[in-house]
Amino acid sequence: MDDNSKLRELRAVLDTYRGIPGSLITVLQKAQGIYGYLPQDVLGLVAAELDIPPARVFGVATFYTQFRFRPVGKYFIELCKGTACHVNGADTIARTITETLGIADGETTADGLFSLKCVACLGCCSLSPVMMVNGETYGSLTPAKVRDILSQKRKEAQDNA
Amino acid sequence: MLEIKVGQGSCGISAGAGKVYDALQSALAEQKIDANLSVTGCIGMCFLEPIVDVYADGSLTRLVRVTPKDVPAIADFLRTGDASAVASLVIADEDSAFLSKQTRIALRNCGVIDPESLADAAAHGGYAALRKAVTEMTPEQVIDVIKVSGLAGRGGAGFPTWFKWNAARQSAGSEKYLICNADEGDPGAFMDRAVIEGDPHALIEGMLIGAYAIGAKEAIVYVRAEYPLAIRRLEKAIADAKAAGYIGDNIFGTDFSCEFRIKAGAGAFVCGEETALIESLEGQRGMPRLKPPFPAQSGYWHKPSNINNVETFANVAWIINNGGEAFAAMGTDDSKGTKVFALTGKIKRGGLVEIPMGKTLRDVVFDIGGGMRADKAFKGVQLGGPSGGCVPRELIDTVIDYKKLSATGAIMGSGGMVIMDESTCMVRMAKFFLEFTTKESCGKCVACRIGTKRLLEILTRICDGEGREGDIELLEDLCARIKENALCGLGQTAPNPVLTTIRYFRDEYEAHIRDKRCPAGECTALVRYAIDPDKCRGCSLCSRKCPVGAISGEIGKPFVIDSALCIRCGQCAEVCKFGAVRKG
Repeated sequence: MDDNSKLRELRAVLDTYRGIPGSLITVLQKAQGIYGYLPQDVLGLVAAELDIPPARVFGVATFYTQFRFRPVGKYFIELCKGTACHVNGADTIARTITETLGIADGETTADGLFSLKCVACLGCCSLSPVMMVNGETYGSLTPAKVRDILSQKRKEAQDNA
Repeated sequence: MLEIKVGQGSCGISAGAGKVYDALQSALAEQKIDANLSVTGCIGMCFLEPIVDVYADGSLTRLVRVTPKDVPAIADFLRTGDASAVASLVIADEDSAFLSKQTRIALRNCGVIDPESLADAAAHGGYAALRKAVTEMTPEQVIDVIKVSGLAGRGGAGFPTWFKWNAARQSAGSEKYLICNADEGDPGAFMDRAVIEGDPHALIEGMLIGAYAIGAKEAIVYVRAEYPLAIRRLEKAIADAKAAGYIGDNIFGTDFSCEFRIKAGAGAFVCGEETALIESLEGQRGMPRLKPPFPAQSGYWHKPSNINNVETFANVAWIINNGGEAFAAMGTDDSKGTKVFALTGKIKRGGLVEIPMGKTLRDVVFDIGGGMRADKAFKGVQLGGPSGGCVPRELIDTVIDYKKLSATGAIMGSGGMVIMDESTCMVRMAKFFLEFTTKESCGKCVACRIGTKRLLEILTRICDGEGREGDIELLEDLCARIKENALCGLGQTAPNPVLTTIRYFRDEYEAHIRDKRCPAGECTALVRYAIDPDKCRGCSLCSRKCPVGAISGEIGKPFVIDSALCIRCGQCAEVCKFGAVRKG
């Protein structure tokens, strides 16, 4: 989708919710759905259009973990850090990802291929430790299994390129 | 007619239920097998997913851990009725007992009905209680039945539901709101997700009855954004219920009217606190308000509001249908009815367990859950997530009841039950929860914002082998101050994991601080790796894998780890084929 059609879509969202009190979070969710993250000028536009001070829009956006302010990589890794995953070794899995890709929680690799985000609980506790890559769940992880998955993804990206 | 149901809750789908469903669908079409294939919610036996239930003439064959590769055998079974084709997939008796030992009220239809079919829900009694409530009972009578039932809030605090309903009913004003807290944030708890994904109409019906009781014209469900499937199924259920006239104007031809909507949360644990949830509903940062005034007097948009959790509402229709006495007949003097627990961690059979109050932790962990995986020694159970505590092995016979669990220093909580064995370090467990609460603290009050941060720093240094004499006392003192001074439930309960682990596992703290030793072998900084010369075959694999060249030796002879160079990454232990690398 090009920039113009994204903007058109965002304006349609703003038109729907303008005047409905309490809908800022919903608008931000929809904006992130359109852009993949919340660029600064989008936050500014939301503030102006909903007549909410930019500081408040930014305050709300940064309060919730769902919102991102930078684009994410081609493969978005969500690593579960819930209690069951913790008990079953999520820390080791996190270390493996960090060592393999050179990125910590919240970072993206320089080639834009992988982003890592640690999340509270994916609710697949019986498969712990668990991670999701672009929405697909990988369970009962071991360091070796994680290294395999990551190199598979890297190969997949190279093959597509 | 053959009925085939594939369990498709989030956990089933993660385990591959979607692929199994697709494979079954094409097999049925290709082989022209006359069967009705449908989807159902989470049955709660997560350890056996994906699960396929086959009903033939009312008798059930339950197939477990099914993969697409098993589909040809299942198709044979469907065509011939010969179960020997699928013998290896049929659930074992001891696993069946996981379900048969439960009493399901909140989960009555989960894993039974198609969550996306209103007709199926109605065929299982859906909306009968709503009809009864609005056409035959006054709001006061509804509240009375709930009072007799003894139903208490299942979200954690355990406050009597009727009392909250009554307070909201008594509040002045005609504009009132009924809100469901489906912001299930406790890591390790997923019972609310299972209810919404498996039986969304039970939630809607319970909420409508609540709305009728308090006099609300609008009902709102605040759902975690991390639960996309739950949101999708709930949206469909709301649309269907609206089309059928259960939501909207003049429900069942009475003058009771109620609108219904979903609000997706955006990821903030503190929004499970009811006043923070209200702030979030209003489009603000989810920061708690001072209480009083309570939401029953001044809540959403400062109007009287009532907030209950998903599981609480899921019990309501059953209570209206069966009477308050039937619900109160289960449980203890203090706690009535049943409670759903999400059983996870080092347990053999993990999943959703609904049992009457008054059973013991042992019943859940050993009788239903089957004890520890890999037959390690049971160490304790963590209840109530970041607000709860760790109950040790010695207290395994504690009765499940609000007061008795609180007496241990833990809480009933929303029902997360994480089982720990000997390989779990309790100091690290406390640190894990403080990492969570520090991240999730909204920052409004000093006690929580700074207090949890300081707790975490102390716990971190203990785990890193830099603990000091007096750290335990310092933790206790800080915990007491946070409990006393924090603004909301999140802060007031944040010290619980620390306090309970100190209370029951003080020796582990002392081992970390004094002996610089982690008895569970989990704290990397305190772990030492060594090669057992009797087991080592001298293959050199560990030496080649070691990222820092800390392992040396001669092929064919035992290798040695230089602990001054070792960074304790554990790769040597991971790759050794002979179990020769010892961790201690």
